[in-house]
Amino acid sequence: MRLLKLVPDNTNIKFLKWRIPFFVVSILLIAASWALVMTKGLNYGVDFAGGLEVRATFTQSAEAPVAQLRDDVEALGYGSPVVQRFGEDNQVSIRVRLPDDVAADQEAAQEAANEVVSTLQAEYPDFRLDGNDNVSGKVSGEFRMTAIYALLAAMAAIALYIWIRFEWQFGVGALFALFHDVSLTLGMFALFQLEFSLQIIAAILAIIGYSLNDTIVIYDRIRENLKKYRKMPLPELLDLSVNETLARTVMTSLTLFVALLPLLIFGPASLFGMVAGITLGLFVGTYSSVYMAAPILVWLGVTSDSFVPEETVADVQEKKARGVV
Amino acid sequence: MLDFPTWRKVWLWSIAIIAMLAALPSLLSATSVRWPDALPQPMVNLGLDLAGGSHILLEADPADVAAQRLENMEENVRSLMRNAEPRIRIGDVSTRGGQLSFILDDPSQMDQAREVMLPSINGTGLVREWDLTMEDGNRMILSPTADGTDTAVNDAMESAIEVIRKRIDELGTREPTIIRQGDTRIVVQVPGLEDPDQLKALLGETAELEFKLVDQNALPSDVAEGRAPPGSEIYPYAETSDFAGQNLAVRRLGGIRGDNLTGAQQSFDPQTNEPVVTIQFDSDGGRRFAKLTTENVGKPFAIILDGQVLSAPNINEPIRGGTAQISGGFSVETANRLAISLRSGALPVELAVVEERTVGPDLGADSIRSGMLAMAIGSLLVIALMIASYGRFGVYATIALVINILMLLGIMAGLGTTLTLPGIAGFVLTIGAAVDANVLINERIREERARGRRVVAAVETGYKEASRAIYDANVTNFIAGVLLFLFGSGPIRGFAVVLIIGLFTSVFTAVTLTRMWVAAWLRKARPSDLNL
Repeated sequence: MRLLKLVPDNTNIKFLKWRIPFFVVSILLIAASWALVMTKGLNYGVDFAGGLEVRATFTQSAEAPVAQLRDDVEALGYGSPVVQRFGEDNQVSIRVRLPDDVAADQEAAQEAANEVVSTLQAEYPDFRLDGNDNVSGKVSGEFRMTAIYALLAAMAAIALYIWIRFEWQFGVGALFALFHDVSLTLGMFALFQLEFSLQIIAAILAIIGYSLNDTIVIYDRIRENLKKYRKMPLPELLDLSVNETLARTVMTSLTLFVALLPLLIFGPASLFGMVAGITLGLFVGTYSSVYMAAPILVWLGVTSDSFVPEETVADVQEKKARGVV
Repeated sequence: MLDFPTWRKVWLWSIAIIAMLAALPSLLSATSVRWPDALPQPMVNLGLDLAGGSHILLEADPADVAAQRLENMEENVRSLMRNAEPRIRIGDVSTRGGQLSFILDDPSQMDQAREVMLPSINGTGLVREWDLTMEDGNRMILSPTADGTDTAVNDAMESAIEVIRKRIDELGTREPTIIRQGDTRIVVQVPGLEDPDQLKALLGETAELEFKLVDQNALPSDVAEGRAPPGSEIYPYAETSDFAGQNLAVRRLGGIRGDNLTGAQQSFDPQTNEPVVTIQFDSDGGRRFAKLTTENVGKPFAIILDGQVLSAPNINEPIRGGTAQISGGFSVETANRLAISLRSGALPVELAVVEERTVGPDLGADSIRSGMLAMAIGSLLVIALMIASYGRFGVYATIALVINILMLLGIMAGLGTTLTLPGIAGFVLTIGAAVDANVLINERIREERARGRRVVAAVETGYKEASRAIYDANVTNFIAGVLLFLFGSGPIRGFAVVLIIGLFTSVFTAVTLTRMWVAAWLRKARPSDLNL
């Protein structure tokens, strides 16, 4: 049986030849992502914005009356709701960001939530309440802070670990690659205005973990090759390392992708944003491992000396005793 | 590296089989096959987002507790001074600024006053509850200590949890989870609830019942504008009462609280047939209620629930039986709810719902079905890819993957963890990533063969060299997973749990078990070449 080989043996692609243009493009993409986040903003769900979200199925209808629902909820006087199809054609999510004075008063916020549900239940006989989220401004503010802390702590802890296991240059490289991945994911969520919730933070943390897999595999090979080929110029050595691990990089990205794809297509609608985020991060993460994490090592001046253990005094004495020196 | 003594094989297989067996009860629960009752029943719990149910986060306001405490202290001090021997007369009592301050008519009684208050100041616990200072030779000021307030808040939260538990039990709901979170919050999780509004209404009701005398001397114009005469306070009528929108002035002190009840039932007023709540006082409460009604026959008294006047009937005759009837424009449902709340006791502090998440049971079932389908298709695709790429080594990876999924489920069941909706994504992610170790190893073996190493040496080097990267990658994923667990809430934690346990089972199955199988095959078949 002939086995499938996604990447031919002994590839010799000059990845690092184009490192400067790619790096410039990456920096531009990061800048563009942040510009998008600043200007268009993230489409915060109730987790982060507070307010209420109602999910419902119109069991007897082929299609949910989206426009009519918007008018119905708006008529209640809590501002204009975001009504979106959610999953099937007859399923919707209705998000209302309560006016500040209502949101500040927890009882009033509760009442608003009950009013929205009871109004719709009365108006549409086939309205089935699938769920509702009701998050006060105080709690959503806390969620925002914990999300930021979690992301920063994860990036810092991982960079520190890489620094300890490899060298500081590798830690910086990995951190930069992670920053790239997080930025681009945020940028995509701003661009497509997908709902940004706690689940997306979980997705980003998962991306951080898996994007790092690629980086570590390449770094590990670089470390090995640095010891093996002490005279090879660094860009060449990095290219060799990336090429040697290319088959694995492609294969692993592919297995993750084929595992996630069915979940994206057939999976529960309430997981779509999260899975989309992870899938997107998969590609961004693979790219950044090759084009961010590796080239940074050239600029930070990694040398083959970094991994050859320094001779201890005892070693030197031992050598002297044996007459080696 | 490829040497596996028999004891080691037995050991590895035992771990795998025990972990997989633990998954059986959870798997069988989805079918009609029954797991024997005599055996242990580890089960994966389904999170509320999959099983359906309500998650409610309640928050208390510590200022509320502090205010309550100050009021109690005022009543306490007044009665201590009144009952002291000889009686200590005090005046200019004020509770402004969170402190209780008063002056003694006779400054020479200072030491005696301090003496009678000492037990209250020191409190019953380990911490001193109040600070006593004296000013101008005749003024005494009691200010709550921070420790005392903390203890009071803590006690209030603990008893609030008890009250909530009783109330939810009254609803007949199965397996509610009620946990204290932080200093002032309580999480209530109730699976599969039919009517979350009923639960919320029940939790939102403090059920603090008070009986206070109506201040009949208050000017109606003042009362309407919310101005209270000295010694009185203004309460609004409840929306359900006949006088909704109006205010009532009542005497601030001298009333009684409805916290010594032995029972409360919804019933009907024999005359009007209106739904009412009948309450029974305990002996102490009954005596005080009898005293209040005996001393004030012919005068109206207000029945106040959670700061709103339900009704203010006249006391026609002394009520000595220890039973009273509360009316206030109830429906059967609201009367019933009030009865439950009164039976379970008043919440010692007002709780506000700050976060609520409810998922209908249908949606959860749909999510599990579609999640399982996606997981099955994903697994098949991964398996196809692995076998097509690595042949025999791909088959090993596949068997490892299946064991991995079962072990992951089994360990989750054994630890009693909760599977949430994002947890399903965690499963899929684990399936996609678990084979990474096999990919790394197999690619490395390919490389080593291409460099001309012999079969056994290539396999040995492959496992050895790949292990380093596998180890580092798993540690970083572990870091991300732990942070996710620490910072995440509910469903997100479920995701983190799957990822973290999945890391351990993946390394065990994809590295250790496959190495054992490869070693056995190499020993038996002694291949001179690898189709890899």
